[in-house]
Amino acid sequence: MSAPAAPRSRRALLTGWGRTAPTAARVVHAVHPDVVDAAVAAAVAGGAPGRGLVARGLGRSYGDAAQNAGGTVLDGTWLDAVHAADLERGIVTVGGGISLQTLMERFVPLGWFVPVTPGTRLVTVGGAIAADIHGKNHHVDGSFCSHVLAVTLVTPTGTRTVTPGDDPALFWATAGGMGLTGVVTEATLQMLPVETSWMLVDTERADDLDDAMGRMHSGDAAYRYSVAWIDCQSTGSRLGRSVLTRGDHARLGDLPVRLRSDPDRARSFVPRTLARVPLTPPGGLLNPLTVAAFNEFWFRKAPRHQVGRPHHMTGFFHPLDGVAEWNRLYGSRGFLQYQFVVGDAHGETVRRVIERLTEVRLASFLAVLKRFGPGDPGPLSFPMPGWTLALDLPVGHPGLDRLLDELDRQVVEAGGRVYLAKDSRLAPDTFRAMYPRVDEFLEERRRVDPAGVLRSDLGRRLGLCPTGPTDRPAGPGRKGRPARKGRPGRTAKEAASAAPARPAAATKAAAPTKATKAAATPAASRPASKKATAAPAPRATHDPDRTEP
Amino acid sequence: MIDAIGRPQSLLVLGGSSEIAQAVVDGLVPARCRTVLLAGRPGPRLDAAAERARAAGAAVVETVPYDTTDVADHAKLVDELFDRYGDIDLVLAAAGALGTQAVLERDPGAAADLVTTNFTGLVSSLLAVAGRMRQQGHGRIVVLSSVAGIRTRKANFVYGSTKAGLDAFAQGLGDALVGTGVGVTVVRPGFVHGRMTEGMEPAPFATTPEAVAAAVVRGIETGAEVVWVPPVLRWVFAALRVLPRPLWRHLPG
Repeated sequence: MSAPAAPRSRRALLTGWGRTAPTAARVVHAVHPDVVDAAVAAAVAGGAPGRGLVARGLGRSYGDAAQNAGGTVLDGTWLDAVHAADLERGIVTVGGGISLQTLMERFVPLGWFVPVTPGTRLVTVGGAIAADIHGKNHHVDGSFCSHVLAVTLVTPTGTRTVTPGDDPALFWATAGGMGLTGVVTEATLQMLPVETSWMLVDTERADDLDDAMGRMHSGDAAYRYSVAWIDCQSTGSRLGRSVLTRGDHARLGDLPVRLRSDPDRARSFVPRTLARVPLTPPGGLLNPLTVAAFNEFWFRKAPRHQVGRPHHMTGFFHPLDGVAEWNRLYGSRGFLQYQFVVGDAHGETVRRVIERLTEVRLASFLAVLKRFGPGDPGPLSFPMPGWTLALDLPVGHPGLDRLLDELDRQVVEAGGRVYLAKDSRLAPDTFRAMYPRVDEFLEERRRVDPAGVLRSDLGRRLGLCPTGPTDRPAGPGRKGRPARKGRPGRTAKEAASAAPARPAAATKAAAPTKATKAAATPAASRPASKKATAAPAPRATHDPDRTEP
Repeated sequence: MIDAIGRPQSLLVLGGSSEIAQAVVDGLVPARCRTVLLAGRPGPRLDAAAERARAAGAAVVETVPYDTTDVADHAKLVDELFDRYGDIDLVLAAAGALGTQAVLERDPGAAADLVTTNFTGLVSSLLAVAGRMRQQGHGRIVVLSSVAGIRTRKANFVYGSTKAGLDAFAQGLGDALVGTGVGVTVVRPGFVHGRMTEGMEPAPFATTPEAVAAAVVRGIETGAEVVWVPPVLRWVFAALRVLPRPLWRHLPG
């Protein structure tokens, strides 16, 4: 039984958008869905390098979600075709690797906008589903997967088309499942009808955090899109002074005459890169001084109160996309984004977090506050009704680790959670506390991926995937992993005497004592037979408590 | 996995009863490190180190018999550990002995043993570790070198030369691993107060195991290639390295 040939790959060092924690993987260019099938089949067969597979889109997750150290990373951006488009109803079927930018370029001039867009349009549809992304319209429209009608999912147990109606458990496990339930090769989306590519925007300044939150609480319902930029460095009575930007799509009749008279122009969507950060300044350019200067400028630049001003979509939704590779500004050590959500009753947590940041003088260049509406049924989906705050923070500030651990505790206490698409540092137990439905997710994952082939660095870090090599089928051509005999160490004698008594196929050591607990379900003790996948055995990690419900 | 802020979740110490290593464990466990594997000479000292790691809060603590002079067994031992525990994020090479220069000069066999303990045994172990880390695509190797290896002194040149070899090996290994996701940090402490140096006259800029550990943890966070403890030694040795030999020989100590 020889393993199917794995598609060609190249070795690459990958990071997320935050440019932290690089790991090496074999990158396979998924130029066609057949390549996805072949790569998944090779991973299932335990072919080289035997450390599983995860899909990667445009690499905009801040942390390690689209990395797979020592394994295969499937570059899905090649799957960018439009397979079907019903322009009457706004239903499109596209490849999982198509970017939201491409969707906008093609469909905005035809009168259809993406149902949800994050702060960058340079994300793929597959990534948008895996992270169940949200946008400024979450309080009205929910998150991305609420507008997905069907996905084609390549899983280790076969390719299937999943709809929220046919297989809600798998569909919603995939929504926000960070790519650990399969590779999205195709998706059908319900787009949003628009008349123009322009927005009508109301801008107002709020003098402090209470003012901002009060205005958002009472006024957001009147707007489809709403967000607040917060100055995280002002203190005292000006703590949390903000600029609120809220608006909706402009109708043709709303626009000034020069646009109204030229409907083509009013619908044009031609994104431009205005600048590029050419190199990585070693120490970064974003320090408390430059950030304070920027914050002051940004706050003063905003009109105190302005109503119904037309802005083009590109500037309204994706101001940072105009500067290519802006993540380099944070210097060689990179940065991270801390985004959390807490319920409406816990608005105080938002205040305390901002207070803590000002106390430690940690400059957040971008701090964005918005309100969420009801979440969707995904067990790992991030949004829930309440407030979400996102902070971009440079790595390297001494004490950043302890500060964020402390914020984690406050978020957990408030019943909130941290967004996995942004995360690069959560601990496994904190993650569990934030996502109490993780076992539902793991159950679905076992159903479609019993051997635990879909793996990512994020999954390893959070205890969602095993960390060792994947099991390989035993075969004459392969030297089987030696059966576990004694373990070295003080307990070697006990272990050696216990070993013969254990049935060969036992997947769990008898009663894990404190000392043997670690070795209770290591990969090495698992049956080598591929048949074991029929009755999925509990997966091993170095911390079995985390993955075994 | 080592997270964005540079905190590992699992650690293997070669030389698990080393005081510096124990202080490093104390620093890493509260941060994230749940799995601590202590390889070393079996005995009460290693058991005490394991107890200390458990007390610090590590969920999985194991002691592993490890003898740096068993060079033929190292690859197998390393393979077993990586197979059993899955990925190991951080390997700290802390095994080593100081020896007594006067004794070593009289007993060439003992001197050769010291070379095996401090250098040869770590070469065989770390090459095996590097191979596994290359496969896993991530990780960091921290090697405890010494300023004694930067320029050997007549007062401890056997020890110094073992550290010189180890230091050079570790630097080369680090360069060889660029692009693999694996990094190597070489740590060069000065005189460290502790069991190994008990009864000795402290050299200038003497430091403590705790200070070395703090610098190691910081070096892991930043992904540093070389860490001097205390940091001023970088500049002290920049000068000492180029000191004419007649002068160097006559430095006290």
